[in-house]
Amino acid sequence: MNVDTKTTTFQMNTDDRSDDYALVVEDMNFYYGNFRAVKNVSMKIEKKKITAIIGPSGCGKSTVLRTFNRMNDFIPGTRVEGKIIFHNQNIYDPRIDPVQVRRSIGMVFQRPNPFPKSIYDNVAWGARINGFNGNMDDLVEESLQKAALWDEVKNDLRKSALSLSGGQQQRLCIARALAVEPEVILMDEPCSALDPIATLKVEELMRELSKNYTIIIVTHNMQEAASASDRTAFFTMDEDRAGMMVEYGFTDQIFTTPRDKRTEDYITGRFG
Amino acid sequence: MKTNTTLHPVDQPLEMRHLTARVWKSFFFLSTIIAITALTALLLSIINQSFGYVVIENKVQPAAVAPQPLETLPPESLIEILRSSLNRNRIRAIERQGLLVERSQAELFALVMENIIRPEVVASYNLDQSLFNRRSIEAAAAEKYPHGALEFRSWLNRGFLLNAMNSKPELTGVRGALIGSLLLILITIAFALPAGVGAAIYLEEYADTSTRINRVIQANIDNLAGVPSIVYGILGLAIFVRGMEAVTSGAVFGVTDSNGRTVLSAGLTMALLILPIIIINAQEAIRAVPKSLRDASYGLGGTKWQTIWNHVLPYALPGILTGTILAISRAIGETAPLIVVGASTLLTQDPSGPFSKFTALPVQIYNWTSRPQAEYRHIAAAAILVLLATLLSMNAIAVILRNRFSRKSL
Repeated sequence: MNVDTKTTTFQMNTDDRSDDYALVVEDMNFYYGNFRAVKNVSMKIEKKKITAIIGPSGCGKSTVLRTFNRMNDFIPGTRVEGKIIFHNQNIYDPRIDPVQVRRSIGMVFQRPNPFPKSIYDNVAWGARINGFNGNMDDLVEESLQKAALWDEVKNDLRKSALSLSGGQQQRLCIARALAVEPEVILMDEPCSALDPIATLKVEELMRELSKNYTIIIVTHNMQEAASASDRTAFFTMDEDRAGMMVEYGFTDQIFTTPRDKRTEDYITGRFG
Repeated sequence: MKTNTTLHPVDQPLEMRHLTARVWKSFFFLSTIIAITALTALLLSIINQSFGYVVIENKVQPAAVAPQPLETLPPESLIEILRSSLNRNRIRAIERQGLLVERSQAELFALVMENIIRPEVVASYNLDQSLFNRRSIEAAAAEKYPHGALEFRSWLNRGFLLNAMNSKPELTGVRGALIGSLLLILITIAFALPAGVGAAIYLEEYADTSTRINRVIQANIDNLAGVPSIVYGILGLAIFVRGMEAVTSGAVFGVTDSNGRTVLSAGLTMALLILPIIIINAQEAIRAVPKSLRDASYGLGGTKWQTIWNHVLPYALPGILTGTILAISRAIGETAPLIVVGASTLLTQDPSGPFSKFTALPVQIYNWTSRPQAEYRHIAAAAILVLLATLLSMNAIAVILRNRFSRKSL
């Protein structure tokens, strides 16, 4: 099946009003030195929806996610071609300060990585450096409420964040990201280091947050993508080991009637 | 060990493998024993020389000067004794450092002892002899020095710690050298720590390690840590003592009675010496900061500087302090560069600031060990104990600081 050209320019079956999109990726290529790690990705991320990116290991899912808030800038020798449009501006425009991008597009990482500080300071730090000058106590409480962590930690705000359990730490990281009031939250396998109960809590939280935030999640867990997301993008790699997007659409459609053979193989566990 | 039961053909060479393990284990154990033995021997030999019997003879018997014990006399009587027994030139020389009438009773008593009674150690024994051969020491002392008093002396005593330097080993002290060493370390750290940590931050966070020039700089720093300290001494002599004499002598700050051989010169030289150690350790500590911590900071919209200042440095601080402990230990024991930079051999006035002449404990020890008289051996040993105690307490302070910081960051 010749999918190469078709899938990379695949358009979703929704109205093409840019207002509905939080991010528009246009023909994005990503290079580590001379190696093209991701090729020809074009996708439109809808506002206030959960978009899942799935695919086998090494297909560039995390790399793609990290291009959305320029986290790859810190890896020497990397390069992005193409455009990622956020608020009608290409975030890779040289006039754009990446700090500004990361402030509006927050990120939650694979392993919970709270700062080795108190719970309070973890939440407050991001807001403080971004010039927040309202009532910090209120902001901390509000953020922890949104992350469904407040009831568990309200009496221990001065305790070290590292004393929390893994699931609590991950929700703290989400609260921390919420405190700077981003529009988009990128989640890089947020539940892969958590036990099933903690995973469930984070997934419920994601669903709740999607009322107000655009969430893009990379996951290995097919069930998670199927149950928690609205849209799903399936990535794989071609014979040059460059990651590419095979199929992108409504989650139901991807999981029930995938258009591409490779998607079907992957979601039914026949991959490789 | 189940050597006789053969579970599987693979188990056959197992005995040999266990044997190899045992051989290595005993080798490692032996190495540890050698190290501990060497350290114990060092410590014992120093302690052995720091304590022991001495025979003291007075040049003039106190009874011939005054009927009462001298230490109970009032200041006036002591002044009278001094004036009647010493010639005018000697009195004038003493008064040049302070009029007699203005001196305290204790000071006057010390002057009487030093100038008139003149007790002298005529024989000294090590601790081992003093403990195990007491009889024969007593016999020998009574026979050879009939007027001498045999007493047990700790060469490391209060006077030794508090007295200024003196040409007589019985009366000398390490106060000047101790103050010199502390001042020196203070200046060294004040310059080397900010410069070293700054360089480490630049090299780790900002410098592009793929460029040739930065790789050359890095290789140079790594190698500088191994340059012999005497070379730094020569460098310090050329740059700080000679080249920057106007600054290091304090001339530009209005200090007139000094040359470039000051505490400041020595401290700067020492700072150069430990700079590579601090840089390398700080780099190591910064490199050990997990990437996830930086990610977290950047992900919230932190700038590079906010990330470094708020997260990287606090996390690396315990490691940086460990490196600083190592560096201090190195600096406090260094002798060669100080001698080259111009430490004073006999310093009767304490160093009082960055522009003072100076000496330091290791220099003092070096000077004393090179004297032929037995008494100098004892005071050198006592000074080594003082040096070790200083080193240990400075390290303790640094360790406490480090522990506090690492607990705070958790």
